[in-house]
Amino acid sequence: MTTVSLTVNGQSVTADVDPRTLLVQFLRENLRLTGTHVGCDTSQCGACVVHLNGQAVKACTILAVQADASVVTTIEGIAEGGELHPMQSAFREHHGLQCGYCTPGMIMSAIDIVNRKGSDLDEQTIRAELEGNLCRCTGYHNIVKAVAAGARAMARAPLQQAAE
Amino acid sequence: MTATGIGAPVRRKEDQRFVTGQGRYVDDFNRPGQAFAYFLRSPHAHAAIRSIDTGPATIMPGVVAVLTGDNLAADGIGGLICGWMIHSKDGSPMKAGPHPALAQGKVRYVGDHVAVVIAETLAQAKDAAEAIVVDYEVLPAIVDTAEAAKASVQVHDVAPDNTVFNWHLGNREETEAAFARARHVTRIDLVNNRLVPNPIEPRAALGEYDPGTDTYTLYTTSQNPHVARLVLSAFIGVAPEHKLRVIAPDVGGGFGSKIFIYAEETVCVWAAKKVRRPVKWTSDRSEAFLADAHGRDHVTHAEMATDENGRIIGLRVHTTANLGAYLSTFASSVPTYLYAPLLSGQYDIPAIYCEVDAVYTNTAPVDAYRGAGRPEATFVVERLVEKTARELGQDPAEFRRRNYITQFPHQTPVIMTYDTGDYAASLDKALDLADYRNFQQRKQESARRGKLRGIGFSSYIEACGIAPSQAVGSLGAGVGLWESAEVRVNPTGSVEVLTGSHSHGQGHETTFAQLVSDRLGIPIDQVSIVHGDTDKVQFGMGTYGSRSGAVGMSAIAKALDKVIAKGKKVAAHVLEASEGDIEFKDGKFGVAGTDKALGFGEVALQAYIAHKFSGQDLEPGLKEGAFYDPTNFTFPAGVHICEVEIDPDTGVTRIDRWTAVDDFGVIINPMIVEGQVHGGIAQGVGQALLEGAVYDQGGQLVTASFNDYCMPRAIDLPSFQVGMTVTPCPSNPLGIKGCGEAGAIAAPPAVINAITDALGHEDIAMPATPQAVWRAAQKARMPMAAE
Ligand code: FES
Ligand code: FES
Repeated sequence: MTTVSLTVNGQSVTADVDPRTLLVQFLRENLRLTGTHVGCDTSQCGACVVHLNGQAVKACTILAVQADASVVTTIEGIAEGGELHPMQSAFREHHGLQCGYCTPGMIMSAIDIVNRKGSDLDEQTIRAELEGNLCRCTGYHNIVKAVAAGARAMARAPLQQAAE
Repeated sequence: MTATGIGAPVRRKEDQRFVTGQGRYVDDFNRPGQAFAYFLRSPHAHAAIRSIDTGPATIMPGVVAVLTGDNLAADGIGGLICGWMIHSKDGSPMKAGPHPALAQGKVRYVGDHVAVVIAETLAQAKDAAEAIVVDYEVLPAIVDTAEAAKASVQVHDVAPDNTVFNWHLGNREETEAAFARARHVTRIDLVNNRLVPNPIEPRAALGEYDPGTDTYTLYTTSQNPHVARLVLSAFIGVAPEHKLRVIAPDVGGGFGSKIFIYAEETVCVWAAKKVRRPVKWTSDRSEAFLADAHGRDHVTHAEMATDENGRIIGLRVHTTANLGAYLSTFASSVPTYLYAPLLSGQYDIPAIYCEVDAVYTNTAPVDAYRGAGRPEATFVVERLVEKTARELGQDPAEFRRRNYITQFPHQTPVIMTYDTGDYAASLDKALDLADYRNFQQRKQESARRGKLRGIGFSSYIEACGIAPSQAVGSLGAGVGLWESAEVRVNPTGSVEVLTGSHSHGQGHETTFAQLVSDRLGIPIDQVSIVHGDTDKVQFGMGTYGSRSGAVGMSAIAKALDKVIAKGKKVAAHVLEASEGDIEFKDGKFGVAGTDKALGFGEVALQAYIAHKFSGQDLEPGLKEGAFYDPTNFTFPAGVHICEVEIDPDTGVTRIDRWTAVDDFGVIINPMIVEGQVHGGIAQGVGQALLEGAVYDQGGQLVTASFNDYCMPRAIDLPSFQVGMTVTPCPSNPLGIKGCGEAGAIAAPPAVINAITDALGHEDIAMPATPQAVWRAAQKARMPMAAE
C-alpha cells in the first residue's frame, strides 16, 4: 500500500492504495466518483477523461500514485453552485448525448480543447481534436455542434472558466 | 403542438444526470459484502478439456470460490438458449448444440467461458485465474463462413457439416420462370463483414441473494430485463421467476448486444447464492470483443432479373450465415425472418426466392446488431439495384423510381404486407437536398484536382415495431412481442408511467413523457417514466427492433385511454352529470355544453379520496395497465445519398455529403429522431469503411481491441443532412414507424455504391479501407498492374 494525497474537485483527499491502482479506479472506487467511466483497456475511448492540474488526461492511463500532490477535476466538479458548466449545458441543448456513457469524457475533453484552442472552433478542428474520444451513439454530429456552442458560451462566461 | 407535446424538440429530461456524472450504470452499483468475479476464458478456438485443476487457484489470497461447468451441472443449471425455432427446408428442426454457461468438456471459441474465480478483489480474482490448470487437447478450428459446411472440423456433435439449418423463403418455381424470361440478369457476390457492436459501456452483472426471503437480484446491462428474468428462470433455471428481480438501470448503449442472456449474468446470479455474497462482474473491452455477440457475417450470391422495360421481375439469393460457436438468444431469427422478408426492398418484385444456410464456426456467437438482418438484406438489394442500373445504362435514381411500389397495401412475395409509404416523395426530396442535378459538375471539379468523386444511393426499407405475437409465433418465435405499460396517476395529479420498454440512449424519459403530457394536458415535469426494474414494471419485452415508439408507446397510449375513461366516470360523479356528457379536453374533464369542469389533478384527487361516489359503483383509484400487441410490422423507409471523394494516391475515402430522407411516420421528438439517424449512419459508415472483425485461421480474434478494430471517430464522419417525409403508420394508434435502426440499415450500400461509382468498377468489399480502396483505384487505372 502506498499513500496518495491529492485535491479532487476542490477537496483534499488522502488514501492508502495498492500501487497498481489506476487513477480512474481510485476516483470510482475509493471516492465513489462514478461519473468518470471506463470504456476500454487500451487508452482509446476517452470515457475516463479528467483534468489533472488543468489538463485533460485519460484517467485509465495513469496510476493514482502518479497523481500524488496533483489537482484533479472530474465531471462532478465542473458545475458551479448548481449551475451547469456552459459545456454541460451545450451538450444538453444540442442533444450531444444519447446513452450518456461517453459524455463525461467528452465534456472534459471539450473543455480542454477550448482551454487549448480558444472559443472560436471550426468543425474540422473539433472533429480532429476529439480524436481520443469514442461515441457509439450520436455519430458525433450533435457532439460537434455542442462543442462549438459550448466553446462560445465559455467565452461569454469567463468567471466560470476561471473557476475551472 | 404544445411546447412539450407530440412533435416538439423537447430537451431531454435525463440529460441533467448524464452531463453531471450522476448517471447510474451497473458498474456504479456496489452491494455490501460484494465479491468480484473474473472469468477464465479459452485461449483456444477449439479444444477438448481433459481436466481442470482449480486446486492451486482456491488457495490464492482473497479467493472465495473457483467454479466450473461441473459445479453448474451438479446444481442442475441448464444451458443458454436460442429462443427462435427455425425449420430447415426438409422440415427438420435447427440443430442446437449444447451451450453451457461454463464449458463442459469442450471449448468452441477463443473467449469461451472455462471457469470463474470469485475473490475479495478483482485483482485477486485475476491473479488466481492464472493459477487454474486446464489440460486442453487442442483441436483444429474452422472460422471461415463459406468453408464451414465443407470442413472436416465439427463444432457440435448434433450438427454434421456444421449446418444449423438450410432454410428458404419465397417461391422457387416462379423465380426460376422469371429468370428464364429475363432480358437481363445482374449477378453479385457479397460479403457482409462481421462486426463487433461495442457499446461504449461494457456489459456488467451484479448478482445478489437474500437467504432470508430466498430471493435473488440481478443488476445487469440489459435492453430487456423482463426477458432476462424469464430466460434465467424458465429455461436456464437459475432462480424461480417470482423470486428473481432483474434491474437494468442506466445502460450505456446496446445496439442489440445487450438483448441476449449471456453466461456471465447467469453465473453471477447462481454464484451469489453459492458463495452467499453479492458477486459482481464487469467486462473489460478485450472480453467484450471476444465474448459479446457479434453481428452480420454473411456470404451471399445474388441475382436480379429485369425485363425489356427495365423492370425488376425476379430476385434470387443464396446466403451462408455464420452463427458462431453457439446459438445466441435470437441468433436463428436474424439471417432468416429478419432478413429474407426484406428482400423486396422498396420495389415491386413479383418473384423472390432466398436460401439461407446457417453454419457453426469456432468464433464468437453472432446475433442481432443494430438492424439485425435488415442491413444485410438492404445491402443485397441496393447493391444489386445499383449494379443493375449501371449495367442497363440507366440513372440509378430513375431506375429505382421506375421499380418503386406505389400502391398500398402491398403484398410482397416474401411474407410482408407493406402498409403505407411514398417512396418517390423521399427520393425527390433527397435528390433535391443532395443537389443531385449538379453532381457531374462536382465530379469534374474533383477530377481537376486528381480526385475521384462518386455518388451512391440507398433506398432502404425495414420492418420494425417488432412484432405481432401471433405472426412471429407462427414463424418460430418462442415469445410474444407485445409491450406493456402501466399509468399510475397519483392523488396529487402527477403521473408515473411504468413501461416494459428500456432506454439505453433512446431518451424514453422525455419522449414517453411528451406523449403523456400531450394526452393528459399536464406539464411534462409532472410525469416520470419508470423502466428497467422487474419489481416495479408489471411486464415487458424490452427495446430492440425499433419497437419502443411503435409498440411501447402504443401500450402507454392504450393505458392513457383507460385512465381518461375512468377519469370521466369519476368526473361524472363529482360534477353530477352523466358519464356520456363528460368530455376530456386540454387537461380538463368538463360537462359538454356547460362551463362546469374539473382539472386533471382534481379528478385524480377525487378518484383517491372517493368521497363523491360509492366504492360499490366505482372502484377508487386512478391507475390503469395495458398490453399492446401490434397488428402488423411497421415499415420505415427512405433514401440516403452518399457522396464521396477518393484520393487515388492514398486510397482515402472522404465522405463529402450525406443526405438522409426518412419516413418514420409520426414523430414524437424530431431532435431525438435525428440523433438516432445520425448514430445509425455512423455505425453503417463504420461497417462500410472501417470496421471488420477478423479471425485468423487458427481462430484467434486479431481485431480484439480498439487499437485493432477501427471504430468511427469524429474525424471519419461528415455532418449529416437529414430530412423527413411523413406517411403515418396506419397499424398503431400513434402512427409511429420507428427510427432506431434506419441509418445502420441504409448506410453501407450508399457508401459502397458511391465508392464503386467513383472507381468505375464493382470490385470492392467492406470495409473499404484506404488500402483496399487504393488497390481498387490502381486496378481501375491499370487493369493488369494490380493483379
Ligand atoms: S477507459 Fe478508454 S481511454 Fe480510458
Ligand atoms: S452517447 Fe452513448 S457512447 Fe456517446
